[in-house]
Amino acid sequence: MTEPLSLLAAHVEKALPGKVIGHKIAYGELTLQAEAEAIVEVATFLRDDPDCAFLNITDICGADYPAREKRFDVVYHLLSPRHVRRVRVKVEAGEQDSVPSVTGVFPGANWFEREAYDMYGIVFTGHPDLRRLLTDYGFQGHPLRKDFPLTGFVEVRYDDTEKRVVYEPVKLNQEFRNFDFLSPWEGTDYVLPGDEKAAR
Amino acid sequence: MTEQPNMRNFTINFGPQHPAAHGVLRLVLELDGEVVTRTDPHIGLLHRGTEKLIEAKTYLQAVPYFDRLDYVAPMNQEHAFALAVERLLGIEVPKRGQLIRVLYSEIGRILSHLLNITTQAMDVGALTPPLWGFEEREKLMIFYERASGARMHAAYVRPGGVHQDLPAELIDDIEAFCDPFLKLCDDLEGLLTDNRIFKQRNVDIGIVNLDDAWAWGFSGVMVRGSGAAWDLRRAMPYECYSELEFDIPVGKNGDNYDRYCLRMEEMRQSVRIMKQCIARLRGPDGRTPISALDGKIVPPKRGEMKRSMEALIHHFKLYTEGYHVPAGEVYAAVEAPKGEFGVYLVADGTNKPYRCKLRAPGFAHLSAMDFMCKGYMLADVSAILGSLDIVFGEVDR
Repeated sequence: MTEPLSLLAAHVEKALPGKVIGHKIAYGELTLQAEAEAIVEVATFLRDDPDCAFLNITDICGADYPAREKRFDVVYHLLSPRHVRRVRVKVEAGEQDSVPSVTGVFPGANWFEREAYDMYGIVFTGHPDLRRLLTDYGFQGHPLRKDFPLTGFVEVRYDDTEKRVVYEPVKLNQEFRNFDFLSPWEGTDYVLPGDEKAAR
Repeated sequence: MTEQPNMRNFTINFGPQHPAAHGVLRLVLELDGEVVTRTDPHIGLLHRGTEKLIEAKTYLQAVPYFDRLDYVAPMNQEHAFALAVERLLGIEVPKRGQLIRVLYSEIGRILSHLLNITTQAMDVGALTPPLWGFEEREKLMIFYERASGARMHAAYVRPGGVHQDLPAELIDDIEAFCDPFLKLCDDLEGLLTDNRIFKQRNVDIGIVNLDDAWAWGFSGVMVRGSGAAWDLRRAMPYECYSELEFDIPVGKNGDNYDRYCLRMEEMRQSVRIMKQCIARLRGPDGRTPISALDGKIVPPKRGEMKRSMEALIHHFKLYTEGYHVPAGEVYAAVEAPKGEFGVYLVADGTNKPYRCKLRAPGFAHLSAMDFMCKGYMLADVSAILGSLDIVFGEVDR
């Protein structure tokens, strides 16, 4: 299984020099790293080349790595029914960057890109209708970013005196508890005081 | 009078509370007379932030969220997550565990298809199919309950295997369910397949050709109805599907009616798979453990915990800290009843997933609503929606 995948990776990298900038094969899956500006060409090639024939857009999603210089990954999953294999294409995008939309190549990308915009604030240029998708009307912020709190900022309730739904800042009776369970159980990389000789 | 009267399109709201919306869907429909010119689905009314919540939980605590995605076939979703975690951990599930998973995945498929076929029939005016179908669903949910303790939110398929073993009587009862159920399939078909009204409402409605189906990200029945013999259980086999015999029905017109016929046939094939699983559960394969024996991942059973100090420590640690999953990323998909349900899991070496994207089949299907409804009549919208097989738990996540 690894052999055809590495051949496929070499084939794609040869056909798109400078656009596909690296690949990784892990757990029997091929990941191509692409330049964000070239994603439309990469997607078109992967769809149209007979050795690739990735006709099916399985998924597009974002991922947030705040420590990186370009914090977002946009991850595309494509499926080739003819060759019965999948490929993952990743591009990096900073907070101010935008990524070209692949809706022209795969119409099914429309909602996946809207969701990535909604959840992470990644802007897709050339998208026909880049509105929020899953969050509430008038929602502020991008909830799947790592710096967005799990409890959110506003809560909604029906106010019986005002006879309407009201939005209020979240009130927590108890602070959200994030237990740090990371323990010495799986092997430590530090030495407890007084325990220096135990390892030897 | 030479001037044209002022013609304008009419915009109506369909939902969010509408019996044919199959949940909380708001459709903004633009109509030219009775012909739909534009459909704008507004989703997210059931958005619960599942992906965000999973990032804050350990791998085991994430399992129950998967029941709440496609809540008409809960275990199929858990299965995808379990496969993803197992691939990262590199553990193998023993045969009995695999057989139980397959058995319950097929029960889930019947649960989902029964609901879809019968409610779609209700959308187009038939009332008897839901009454007959829901009786069988009730029996299947009792099988869920007897295995896991819960009728719907089972949390039964866990990374490493399944939670508890099936008692022998339960396996007997599932076997006893199979043949009468085939009779019910025939009865349901007798009500619908040649029904004039049902055919009027579904034949040649919602046609998708295969190229469009692929490009719109369709999967499952939606591509099989358009003529592709594509089923992940065969194409990219997981668990022990490669050892089981079943057929993949394929449609040819890509319309609502073909998709209905496929679902009907898939239920019969599911029964066929269930019977094979039951036979093998009683054979030598059935005498293997139900979950992996790696004590660092699968918690010890309660009885063992009461006797062994080692087991007690592991029990405590696995239910508080959980296990650590090596850094990496995988995409694992299963053939859920509605199509390809996938989990893209990014692990960073800690006890919690770093990112867990849920790829729901219904989401891709609903996104094509505008494409599919264009040019059809208003009354066809609910028929098309019914045949897409939408459940808002998974669309909104």
